[in-house]
Amino acid sequence: MPDTDTLATEATTGNAVAGIDQSAGNFKYEEKHDFDAGTGLTARTVDYISSVKKEAPWIHDFRQQALKTFFAKPLPTHWATRDLENINFDKIRYYLSNGQKPKRTWEEVPDDIKRTFERLGIPEQERKFLAGVEAQFDSEAAYSNIKEAVSKQGVIFVNSTEGLREHPEIFRKWFGKVIPTGDNKFSALNSAVFSGGSFIYVPPGVKVSHPLQAYFRINAENFGQFERTLIIADEGAEVTYMEGCTAPKFTTTTLHSAVVELVALKGAKIQYITVQNWSSNVFNLVTKRGLAHEEAEIKWIDCNIGSRLTMKYPGVVLKGRKARGEVVSIALANDGQHQDTGAKMIHAADETTSNIVAKSISVGQGRSTYRGVVHIPAHLKGCKNNTECDALLINANSRTDTYPAITIRGSANNVQHEASVSKVSEEQIFYMRQRGLTEGQAMSLSVNGFINDLTRQFPMEYSVELKRLIDLEMEGSVG
Amino acid sequence: MASTTAVSSPPALGSFTSEVLAAHLAAQAGAPAWWLERKRAAYAKFAALPLPGRTSESWRFSSVKGLDLGGVSLPEPAGAGMPASALRFKAAATLTFANHRLVASDALPAELAARGVIVTTIAEALRQHGDLLQAHFMTQPQRLGSEKFAALHAAFVGDGAFIHIPKGVELDHPILVTHAIVGDGAAVFPHTLVVAGDNSRATIVDYFTGGGARCLAVGANDLYAGHGARLTYVAAQDWSRDTLSFQLNSTVVRRDARMQSLNVHLGGRQARHESLSQLQAPGGFSEMLALTVADGTQEFDQRTLQMHQAPNTRSDLLYKNALLGSARTIFSGLIAVDPDAQKTDAYQSNRNLMLSDAAEANSLPGLEIQANDVRCTHGATTSRIDPDQQFYLQSRGIPPAAAHQLLISAFFEEVLGRLENLEIHDALNRLIQAKLGA
Repeated sequence: MPDTDTLATEATTGNAVAGIDQSAGNFKYEEKHDFDAGTGLTARTVDYISSVKKEAPWIHDFRQQALKTFFAKPLPTHWATRDLENINFDKIRYYLSNGQKPKRTWEEVPDDIKRTFERLGIPEQERKFLAGVEAQFDSEAAYSNIKEAVSKQGVIFVNSTEGLREHPEIFRKWFGKVIPTGDNKFSALNSAVFSGGSFIYVPPGVKVSHPLQAYFRINAENFGQFERTLIIADEGAEVTYMEGCTAPKFTTTTLHSAVVELVALKGAKIQYITVQNWSSNVFNLVTKRGLAHEEAEIKWIDCNIGSRLTMKYPGVVLKGRKARGEVVSIALANDGQHQDTGAKMIHAADETTSNIVAKSISVGQGRSTYRGVVHIPAHLKGCKNNTECDALLINANSRTDTYPAITIRGSANNVQHEASVSKVSEEQIFYMRQRGLTEGQAMSLSVNGFINDLTRQFPMEYSVELKRLIDLEMEGSVG
Repeated sequence: MASTTAVSSPPALGSFTSEVLAAHLAAQAGAPAWWLERKRAAYAKFAALPLPGRTSESWRFSSVKGLDLGGVSLPEPAGAGMPASALRFKAAATLTFANHRLVASDALPAELAARGVIVTTIAEALRQHGDLLQAHFMTQPQRLGSEKFAALHAAFVGDGAFIHIPKGVELDHPILVTHAIVGDGAAVFPHTLVVAGDNSRATIVDYFTGGGARCLAVGANDLYAGHGARLTYVAAQDWSRDTLSFQLNSTVVRRDARMQSLNVHLGGRQARHESLSQLQAPGGFSEMLALTVADGTQEFDQRTLQMHQAPNTRSDLLYKNALLGSARTIFSGLIAVDPDAQKTDAYQSNRNLMLSDAAEANSLPGLEIQANDVRCTHGATTSRIDPDQQFYLQSRGIPPAAAHQLLISAFFEEVLGRLENLEIHDALNRLIQAKLGA
């Protein structure tokens, strides 16, 4: 594909595209080398992380092996944006121990960020945490409560270190199996230096009534930059997991590379909800995949608003008969942002069905990209895929791309893919303005209408915040 | 998405060594200097470029292993042994090439010749119409992955068709150009160049036929539709089953011009078709159609690019593939809308009809949109014959086999029906049915 990428030529930190305040990510570090591995990545860094976490030898070996894979693999710029070349792997801190907390004062937080918090109606205490002024929010208690409530049902809800240390008999079997280390360069990186993330096991038949929120759990620790999440829903179990929050999150690090693996055993259901709103200096390169056994269901709800570049294609491997996979994706790209998102559906059994609905909005010079893979191999019967991707372009210089790849073998399956690109209807705007709305309000309403059928699938508080956030993003995009 | 190490293979020349070029240039000794110079430059480019590799994005899903340029040679001129033409209709003029040499032709009616219509060979055009040829011969960008093969074509092109319709002239009957391969191991480079002047109207049909064991055909064309012109281009590719085929289409659509192209793909062992349409001025419309019947172990690889470079342009693409046996098809399309091409209306559709359990259809319908006031949609579907439709026909007393045939015909008719010329419609339909019946 011809790729005329405008971001490619820019320097590492200076994102010349309009309106990006790079100071958002400027945090101060206390330099205490006894407690962190410094910058850059070598075999020693990995040794250090492993020893701090007191890991079993097999995990240490796994990390070292992954590091070799990471070094061996080239950046995937033959299909992906050349902006990836701006990541300086030597300047990144791969692990901060508990003694290391980034700090800055409330006065140093940029005004527009404070304004955003205000508009979203975030409590004072939480604002300070989100802005990185206070590293601890009152999450400990919330997390303990959730953990206690679900542990009565036999649910294990811990972080990756604890999961691998305390429950290897459960987690080792699937760890790194859904997404092998060598899946891509960034999954290899994560496998080498992962810390944080959630390890969850739901016993057979248990239906977890409340969504498990990573927000509280992760806030109780350091922010996870290389999160590793593994969720196993045993036969007939049901669980919903929520990650992130709609409030903009200001982070000390410019590279985030998570790996999330889901395993839904026979008849199980997993729903994974993400709202990503990193600050606009972040490269967010995430690998997410689920393995759905017989009659199991995996649904990814994925919403990307923040970051400089997000590359994320949640996938489902439909391994058992009648398994079902779904991806619902919303992406909003504003000035200087590139949301490169999509979905992967790998059918590997008869009568499996998959559904992808992706909607993207490009504002200003924002660029949103849909990439998809649908694969149905030979001799499967009764498989179905439906893909819809719609793009909305707000300004004359906004950009959108769609690159699906569909491979179908055999005659007993049905696949359909549809995509459309449009702008906000002038008639709609005219009608609303004639009813007394400003152009900005009309635009917000129209954009919210565009994604309304998807936001309804979010938990209520998320969809309310999302709506406010879109109002905010749309401000200044017209006129 | 898996990333793999990009292996840059050494430049592969196959049978096309510099000695072969020298002999070819010697045979063209009478040609103008610019022509020979272009050939040398093209050869240098061909020699410098590597063969497509497994990781080239523009060859995704293609069997790049099959792209072997060895074991073939530039064929001797042939007259005898021409395959009988299966494509018959009333034509205003015909040109028939066998192994690059003009072996038969029907001249234009005197009245059209008097109005300045030119239907001749490239060899003749080099003598008579050098300026036009120089301005249009392979001057459009190659962006779809076959740059190496386009350069090979330009270096070794022997002869081909040169058609010029002057301003305001309308042709009621089509012009038929037949390109035939005679013999085994032949490498041919068929070319058709059409310049349709402002407000002219014409239909041009390219028919590719013949060939024996292990042949290579690298065809290219240049189609230029001037302001307000209406140009229809039909290509029927029916090479032998052991031919590696490349067909590179390049179209330029000027203000208010209407371009319709239809490519029918039947023959070849592995056939790559690239079609690039440039909508350069407001009001231009490009209709891009293709039909493929793939059976046995054939691979048809189709790459398209709809380039909207000016405001208020329209394009409509419909590529339909029927797959039998263990055939493979790849459709990769891209609608590219430039930043100032507002009011673009573009459509792209790929429909795959799976008639076998071993067939494989790959679909990559893409969009790159940089203007906001546009209507761009695409769709791709892959399915078998609808059992409800089959049942309906049977319930009306139509036997299952006949109902099946009827539904396949209907699948193709959606494309064929867009042709204005009913004789061409019927002739193509016969070719398709002949392959389906085999």
